[in-house]
Amino acid sequence: MPLYAKNDTEKRMIFNAMGPFWDGNEVWLITAGGATFAAFPKTYAVMFSTLYTPLLMILFALILRGVAFEFRSKIENPGWRKIWDWCLIVGSFFPALLFGVAFANIFKGIPFDAQGMFHGNLFTLLNPYGLAGGLFFLFFFFMHGALWASVKTTGMPADRAKNAASKLWVVVLILAVIFLVYSKFATSLYNNYIAHPIMFIIPLIAVVALITVRVFIAKASWWKAWFASCVTIVAVTYFGLGGIFPNLYPSSLDPAASLNIYNSASTQGTLKIMFIVVLLCIPFVIAYQIWHYITLRHPVDEDIIHDEEAY
Amino acid sequence: MDVLTLSRLQFAVATYFHFLFVPLTLGLSLLVAIMETMYVKTGDEEYKRITKFWGKLFLINFAIGIVTGITLEFQFGTNWSRYSVFMGDIFGSLLAIEATLAFFMESTFIAVWVFGWERLSKKMHAAAIWMVFIGSNISAFWILTANAWMQHPVGYSLNNGRAELASFLDVITNPYAFLKFFHQLPAAYTVGGFFVMGISAWHILRKSNVGFFKKSFRLAAAFTLIFAVVVVITGHLSGEEVAKYQPAKLAAMESLWNTEKPAGMNLLVIPDPAHERNSFEALKIPHLLSILAHYTPDAEVKGLKAFPKDERPPVTPVFFAFRIMVGIGFLMILLALFAWRWQDKIENYPKFMKILVWAIPLPYLAIELGWTVAEVGRQPWIVYGLMKTSKAVSTAISTPQVATSLIAFTLVYTLLGIADFYLLFTFARKGPKEN
Ligand code: HDD
Ligand code: HEM
Ligand code: HEM
Repeated sequence: MPLYAKNDTEKRMIFNAMGPFWDGNEVWLITAGGATFAAFPKTYAVMFSTLYTPLLMILFALILRGVAFEFRSKIENPGWRKIWDWCLIVGSFFPALLFGVAFANIFKGIPFDAQGMFHGNLFTLLNPYGLAGGLFFLFFFFMHGALWASVKTTGMPADRAKNAASKLWVVVLILAVIFLVYSKFATSLYNNYIAHPIMFIIPLIAVVALITVRVFIAKASWWKAWFASCVTIVAVTYFGLGGIFPNLYPSSLDPAASLNIYNSASTQGTLKIMFIVVLLCIPFVIAYQIWHYITLRHPVDEDIIHDEEAY
Repeated sequence: MDVLTLSRLQFAVATYFHFLFVPLTLGLSLLVAIMETMYVKTGDEEYKRITKFWGKLFLINFAIGIVTGITLEFQFGTNWSRYSVFMGDIFGSLLAIEATLAFFMESTFIAVWVFGWERLSKKMHAAAIWMVFIGSNISAFWILTANAWMQHPVGYSLNNGRAELASFLDVITNPYAFLKFFHQLPAAYTVGGFFVMGISAWHILRKSNVGFFKKSFRLAAAFTLIFAVVVVITGHLSGEEVAKYQPAKLAAMESLWNTEKPAGMNLLVIPDPAHERNSFEALKIPHLLSILAHYTPDAEVKGLKAFPKDERPPVTPVFFAFRIMVGIGFLMILLALFAWRWQDKIENYPKFMKILVWAIPLPYLAIELGWTVAEVGRQPWIVYGLMKTSKAVSTAISTPQVATSLIAFTLVYTLLGIADFYLLFTFARKGPKEN
């Protein structure tokens, strides 16, 4: 954000570009946690307790970030606003980085034993491969955010964001290549893919989508570029899941301790109920979230700050 | 201190704090929805200003409710992993359903409501705040069902070293959950009611926007009275439920050491757990406890000594929390009754209005104490009769880790709480925007 906004009005434009959406998006994260708990309680339990420190860091970051939206513009005092600017920055930086680190380490396997004891600490997780994942995620989200700012703001911030997005794309591409190649050596992610070549379609979609982002940037179709970037995120996630399948939370110490979809699942009854709930609810959720995006699709301009509801 | 104690403290800090904000969210969303409906119905622009003013306070409060909820959702995994493994089959699904059904609804419609004033028709806009209200109540239903399961587990069977779901229907029709819901929600609505009445009284006392605040006051007065009465009724019914399923908690709530038949109730008591007795008892009303708990004057009520020492909850906090909650319950009815009687000429009662300003914290206090009764009274069990709290804590975490996170929680939450209440005060005092 500090990259695109130089004065308070511009900062408020950025806040308002994200403001109406952060919570709806965060709920996907909560739901992911909840769904893991429901469907694979043991994975939920072992994963969250072994990743205790990074997870709590993410949570604190998200707390500060969420509150920053609501609080920042309520008081007209530069000091007050500066505090919340920093909360937003810190609150966005750490989750992006740490999620990358965490996922990379999960792909690689986490040092825990059959009793669910963790043999390591935060620094074990910050190994080169973990960091490669972290940086990849971080810059990817930078780019994704820049695209969103390009779509949702006008004037100077939008221009800066557009400029940043096309530069960031190059960095993302380099990091993506490093991460994908590194994965070959640091993990066994590709084994599944080699066994079932048809699955290569998933990373292929990711790569194509990432290239499409660049194409739309060149055409200045910012909504489409942003959407392609969303597709990339989904495809990368599935690439990881497909690679560790049927494991969910592999152990690097003792393969027998790894948690997979069989040894950590809930009972049939619970899974059935979850399935029905998801089947019935998620279409509605998606429908009203699309309605929400459409209702509030307009870009924010400088007039927003005269609006009493604005952040 | 060990991981267990620290984790318990951390859980307590996190839930008490979450629950400083949740009740106002539940109560004020209903009031704001009513206000906006009045606006849509009458077309009176003053109602729009009323909606916006209280809506702003609602939003300041809402933000913290959300962010502190997220940590709770994940704490079951981080700090209570053995519990999560043991219970996940049942408990996890309830949490997941809560998220899919309720949280999406709340978070999406609140954004549309805030930013949609110019972009939606009046009716659609009012519908959005009703959706927020419905969403937050659905969320309350599922989380209370989850909590009720821990108080009174039903619909499960013990297999493979864990509690597995046997009947989903039994889980969601748990009578304990039903009562929790109808005790908890009205309690939250009274928080909203006293909040609106208190702030309105403050402004009327200062003669600022009198018309505006009298209108708000009138909306809240009858509302508060109704729910204050409901809280006490369902509170009494909850007591019966406790008597049936958790006799040790009931004994702690009354600080009853010896089994009595018939059981009376002392109005004044000071517990002395070290000597397993009360150091002071007075004003005994015979038969009262038997009647309250079992509807028969001669029913037996078990005393604490009937339970092994390691299955008794801490008596002092449970006892005092219960007494004060009940006291506040009756006091609230009294206050709401006067507020309702005098609503049209409230400006003639400055003393009473001052009391109302100071009464804003009362329902908050009662709610936090209510949870103390329910949760501390359940100890040493995490799931009543099935699993002890000491067996539930994660094995993968260490004392320094939890100590650090506990300090971080306390620090961050304190600062956030200060910032939030500061904003609430500032905006409540400022009053509505002039036209
Ligand atoms: C009786 C009601 C009640 C109770 C007992 C709890 N909550 Fe809560 N919670 C709410 C009522 C609520 C709410 C009113 O629905 C909130 C407040 C603000 C909001 O958005 O929803 C909320 C928010 C909220 C959120 C954020 C949702 C979002 O981002 O929109 C989460 C993840 C949780 N809660 C989770 C929990 C957990 C794990 C609890 C148990 C330990 C808990 N809550 C107790
Ligand atoms: C929001 C209102 C709530 C408050 C204020 C509250 C408060 C507390 C407190 C003070 C404790 C510590 C008791 C002790 O250690 O002696 C506790 C324990 C616990 N509560 Fe709650 N609780 C609330 C809601 C819930 C809900 C809805 C759930 C479950 C869905 C829950 C699950 C637990 C668990 C798992 C513990 C065990 C940890 C422990 O014993 O400290 N609580 N709660
Ligand atoms: C005469 C009045 C009241 C009685 C007899 C009463 C009774 C009870 C009982 C027996 C419980 C314990 C339930 C359990 O252990 O599971 C409880 C819990 C609780 N009470 Fe009350 N109560 C009264 C008033 C109030 C008031 C005025 C409030 C708040 C405004 C309140 C808020 C709560 C809350 C939040 C809980 C914890 C949730 C639950 O377990 O339902 N109560 N109450």
